[in-house]
Amino acid sequence: MMVDVPVAEVAEVELYHAKSYWTKYVFSQDAKVIAIQYGGTAVAIGLVGLVLSWLMRLQLGFPDTFAFIDATDYYQFITVHGMIMVIYLLTALFLGGFGNYLIPLMVGARDMVFPYLNMVSYWVYLCAVLILVASFFVEGGPTGAGWTLYPPQSITEGTPGSEGGIILMLVSLALFIIGFTMGGLNYVVTVLQARTRGMTLMRLPLTVWGIFVATILALLAFPALFVGCIMMTLDKLLGTSFFMPEMISLGQQLEYDGGSPILFQHLFWFFGHPEVYIVALPAFGIVSDLLAVHARKNIFGYRMMVWAIVIIGALSFVVWAHHMYVSGMHPYFGFFFATTTLIIAVPTALKVYNWVLTLWHGDIHLTQPMLFSLAFLVTFINGGITGLFLGNVTVDVPLSDTMFVVAHFHMVMGIAPLMVVFGAIYHWYPKITGRMLHEGMGKFHFWVTFLGAYTIFLPLHYIGLQGVPRRYFEFGDTAFIPDSVTTLNAFVTVVTLTVGFAQIVFFYNMWRSYKHGKVAGDNPWGATTLEWQTAETPPGHGNFGEELPLVYRWAYDFSVPGAKNDFIPQNMPPGPDTNNH
Amino acid sequence: MGIFHHLTRKPWLPEQSEIDNQVSGGAVALQTAKVGLRVFLFPISALFTLFLIAYLMRMSFSDWQTLHDPWLLWINTAVLVLSSLALQRSRMLVDGGEVTGMRTYFMLGGVFAFAFLGGQLAAWQQLADMGVYADTNPSHSFFYLFTALHGLHLLGGLVAWGRTVFKIKAGVDVEHLRLSVELCTIYWHYLLVVWVVMFGLLLAT
Repeated sequence: MMVDVPVAEVAEVELYHAKSYWTKYVFSQDAKVIAIQYGGTAVAIGLVGLVLSWLMRLQLGFPDTFAFIDATDYYQFITVHGMIMVIYLLTALFLGGFGNYLIPLMVGARDMVFPYLNMVSYWVYLCAVLILVASFFVEGGPTGAGWTLYPPQSITEGTPGSEGGIILMLVSLALFIIGFTMGGLNYVVTVLQARTRGMTLMRLPLTVWGIFVATILALLAFPALFVGCIMMTLDKLLGTSFFMPEMISLGQQLEYDGGSPILFQHLFWFFGHPEVYIVALPAFGIVSDLLAVHARKNIFGYRMMVWAIVIIGALSFVVWAHHMYVSGMHPYFGFFFATTTLIIAVPTALKVYNWVLTLWHGDIHLTQPMLFSLAFLVTFINGGITGLFLGNVTVDVPLSDTMFVVAHFHMVMGIAPLMVVFGAIYHWYPKITGRMLHEGMGKFHFWVTFLGAYTIFLPLHYIGLQGVPRRYFEFGDTAFIPDSVTTLNAFVTVVTLTVGFAQIVFFYNMWRSYKHGKVAGDNPWGATTLEWQTAETPPGHGNFGEELPLVYRWAYDFSVPGAKNDFIPQNMPPGPDTNNH
Repeated sequence: MGIFHHLTRKPWLPEQSEIDNQVSGGAVALQTAKVGLRVFLFPISALFTLFLIAYLMRMSFSDWQTLHDPWLLWINTAVLVLSSLALQRSRMLVDGGEVTGMRTYFMLGGVFAFAFLGGQLAAWQQLADMGVYADTNPSHSFFYLFTALHGLHLLGGLVAWGRTVFKIKAGVDVEHLRLSVELCTIYWHYLLVVWVVMFGLLLAT
């Protein structure tokens, strides 16, 4: 029986209205504008990270060839590349970019709950990015301590950037965390409190679940990095000995005494491991929705998918020391962390099975979002399986600090989330701009990027298995390194440059389609979630026109038997068109 | 039943749909700003907890010297308790609609908080006079770090307090004031608990 409920039950919230160009587009409090600012900044700094990877690949592929890369530069390139990609690109893009754009639209809210704080969040993030960039221009350049910034070497003379660079790095990270916390409060409270009528937590699209849980992780994990940053800054500036042991550097006894570098490692990885899932969970969520929409099928095991996200989130706080197996820890400690690490594979594998089962008997459309989602699936399995190697202490010890580790984490948290980022951009670009991206260019971009990523990172597994260590500037004539490694390194460098340059096609596509792309209409993919049901495309200020949508169903009513279309939007009440479902 | 109850629902079933269609409003029956503050207290708690863990880990090393806590800290703690009590009183008064009384206690709470911060600075001075600086021993470093961090959080609270005082002066309506006063009070109590835990740890070690 249908229950008739009056529309007025959704309380309207007071909405901030911009009065000038500046408050509308620059110091905007509209989550959609903030999302684009976050996304644009993240991609811009990500391109810097990309160029840094080219430079380090040039050195690895063709050592002794380029006079403008010396050892100092090389260490700075790897450090800043890692930091940019993990934090300033992926974290900011998934949570600040997609989170801001999609959360209010998907839950049926007019905006985030604290729009002013949301705006400040972006500007603090921008400051953090600018300070990071500024470290290239200070004396000694940016820090070259590796992205993990381990003391004592990170703040000891002799390490590149140990004067100004490391301080700017630490300040930038602290600012990033403060800015993120402001944004994070918005994401969490908006999901909890600002959902429209009928949008229960268990009717949320998985995209929102992924971003929601990732934000909770980030709110609890980033403080660990913050603590580490503050204590290291004090070690550097005030001469405290939180992390700095008694040591002799360049023939001089330093003033430090008795600090514990391992303490920093614990703090860093207590943040660092959840960070993997801060990037991965939004990707999990988004890819679930992309697969369902483009295979015209409900997501297999929705409840299990939600549980898996929550369980992975919780477990991610008890696996951190698997990054520290070679730090001299007690064997039982290693045993404990190897066990928790393997346990986390259970909910993760569950998700993978559910994605595959979603595709089973689906009406698979090989659109760009689908292609990128499939690429994610393959890549994530690949990276996950090498994770099983590294999660086991005895296998990890010989592989530790080799290129195998580099290959593993690039697959699992570099390429896999990046595939989702691309898929998501192809999927939501029509909503954000009102126009479709060009399909031919999209296909080209997909195949070059997907095949290219494998051509780059599969050889790195082999190189790592040969025992080639990561982070080395050059190897010279090292006896155990076979010729194949040298050849492959050169090959990988050439591919890296090619794939990198091919991204121009993607940016050109975005630029060209903005003006000349095919007009998308409100719901070009036939999707069910609320962002596709807005009154106008792109959605205007306040997202939903006069009245907020009311929700009558979950996000996955695809191919319902007897229904008029092969999708039923979440805000469509039961009726003849939906077979009274 | 909270979130775990939600997680067992089956949103695709028609009978569940009937129930879900009626659901309106937030997951927590509180004003948005209060939910925001409570959520904010989680990362702050994570921050202080991690500092405490770092303290305990660092303590186990041989170079650790026990710090003789300045007696002034006892007085400061009492002042912070008074500050919290004054805000609590103003919160109770604003609930009863007594704006004048609320105003006095609210101001008093802020003044005590400033007095606490002044007292903490004086405690630093006491320590410095004894030759205890941030870099003389890790226990000293942690003392300065804890007190500075706690002080900065209180200072942040005082900014919110100042904005509320401004609103009181501007004659904002009681309903609006009540929220600001409540938020300040919750935050004050929270920082009092943090301080008591940290002070207890400093005394015990």
